[in-house]
Amino acid sequence: MSIDTKIAARVAKLARIAVPEAELPRLAGELNGILAFMEQLNEVDVEEVEPMTSVTPQRLKRREDVVTDGDQQEAVLANAPDAREGFFAVPKVVE
Amino acid sequence: MAELSKLTISEARNGMRKGAFTSVEITKDCLSEIEGSGALNAFVHNTPEIALAQAEAADIRIKAGDAPAMCGVPLGIKDLFATKGVDTQAASGILKGFKPEYESTITQQLWDAGAVMLGKLNMDQFAMGSSNETSCYGDVASPWKIDERRLTPGGSSGGSASAVAADLCLAATGTDTGGSIRQPAALVGITGLKPTYGRCSRWGVVAFASSLDQAGPMTKSVRDAAIMLEAMAGHDPKDSTSSELAVPDFEAALTGDIRGKKIGIPAEYRLDGMPQDIEDLWSQGIEMMKDAGAQIVDISLPHTKYALPAYYVVAPAEASSNLARYDGVRFGHRAKLAQGDGITEMYEKTRAEGFGPEVQRRVMIGTYVLSAGFYDAYYNRARKVRTLIKKDFEDVFAQGIDAILTPATPCAAFGLGEMADADPVQMYLNDVFTVTVNLAGLPGIAVPAGLDRQGLPLGLQLIGRPWEEADLLNHAYALEQAAGFVAKPEKWW
Repeated sequence: MSIDTKIAARVAKLARIAVPEAELPRLAGELNGILAFMEQLNEVDVEEVEPMTSVTPQRLKRREDVVTDGDQQEAVLANAPDAREGFFAVPKVVE
Repeated sequence: MAELSKLTISEARNGMRKGAFTSVEITKDCLSEIEGSGALNAFVHNTPEIALAQAEAADIRIKAGDAPAMCGVPLGIKDLFATKGVDTQAASGILKGFKPEYESTITQQLWDAGAVMLGKLNMDQFAMGSSNETSCYGDVASPWKIDERRLTPGGSSGGSASAVAADLCLAATGTDTGGSIRQPAALVGITGLKPTYGRCSRWGVVAFASSLDQAGPMTKSVRDAAIMLEAMAGHDPKDSTSSELAVPDFEAALTGDIRGKKIGIPAEYRLDGMPQDIEDLWSQGIEMMKDAGAQIVDISLPHTKYALPAYYVVAPAEASSNLARYDGVRFGHRAKLAQGDGITEMYEKTRAEGFGPEVQRRVMIGTYVLSAGFYDAYYNRARKVRTLIKKDFEDVFAQGIDAILTPATPCAAFGLGEMADADPVQMYLNDVFTVTVNLAGLPGIAVPAGLDRQGLPLGLQLIGRPWEEADLLNHAYALEQAAGFVAKPEKWW
């Protein structure tokens, strides 16, 4: 399952990271190196082994479905690169 | 007064309670040491006003006689912990200028206990790295020097390691996803403890790989690690994976008596081509435990070899998901957009500019192993291997093993820049002895145990049963006493 520049471009797109065309061969090479390292996992017999979901055997706690926090518009927006009139502002999304 | 920053937590506590010196005096001494430590690049955001205000408040509490052990103790805080109103960047350009409106649970608990914040510490970007060379603030240098080279303090908690070893602070917080507390602690000759997964709250700690991340203390002694862990640990309703188990008095467990305890020596940790110094140190450690009355037992952890490849599937997968939040909308950096750029270009340019190369690489690896068609082949397989790795440990603990002794790192510190041309996998090998512990959720501690023949510190690692940090710390205390490591770096910065 070797990664070519086309797959590298697709992965970059999925990850929403702009990678210039010229960088794709280097990226594909690095990803291939790391994936080759991971291939070792194919040596392990994992027949009938459950994939780990929680490292400590504890049940996730439930709580009442009630509001515990909120009404902090100013604090929520305080670090936004562009906040206007109480909202996060982004480039136009809908034509 | 110039020596106060060299104090351990326990010395400072005892001295302040006796009135030998005040928190303000210790704090001022640390601040002046930090002032002169630019060449180490360990502290990246200094908070002297906060420190002095906290120190004054601590002195009042101590005088009143009801102060907890951490009261008045000046600390460095890894840049991964959200600190209210103080820059918190995870050493990444994508969080440039981010000042949280909230405080992480761990740091809040430390401040409630009266501890003093000196500032934020450099680290590998998003805790991804083993040499502190991926930070947006630049490399951190180790205070140890044997020639003209600047050496790595290890990573990702390299700023914490360098600052504690150089006596800029009494102790520091660290976080450990694959070895990021224990590896740097070992490389600079200090103590670093990764608690059991769930012992400390992860709330307000910038997430890397949520099923592996755990914060812990980096200190000048095992006793200090016990004292500081107690202040950091405990259940937090805001982190549903934090345990409700009671937090024991860890310091009270330090008797140094490990007679009759069974120490496991895993055959699989004896790597081909391991430096002789590491072999020798490990053998000496085994002798020390034996001399302390412990029983040495050869054990097998058969899936050890697969821990690193499993880790490098699971951790990037979780990172790619966690780091999706950095989109240029809610906080941190947003790229300048060209005419006609839409929201997708905003995401792509922002993340390309904000994330460093190693972070980008791991996010993309994670994206790939989680993508349709590869999820089963990589991610699910890695999670199954993780189950087997955990079972390896469960099996040996079921045989009555109390603790496992291994080297902490495969080599001593290397020079900054020396690994620049190595492929990423070479760098990942630094975590070979530590990463199994994260995959299994266990507590592990690095204890400084000696110098190699170049004169650089080396550490040994002890791995304990889940939730038994108290017993683990006692084993570490026995090892610390036997090793008698007292070497300090000579000041050059």
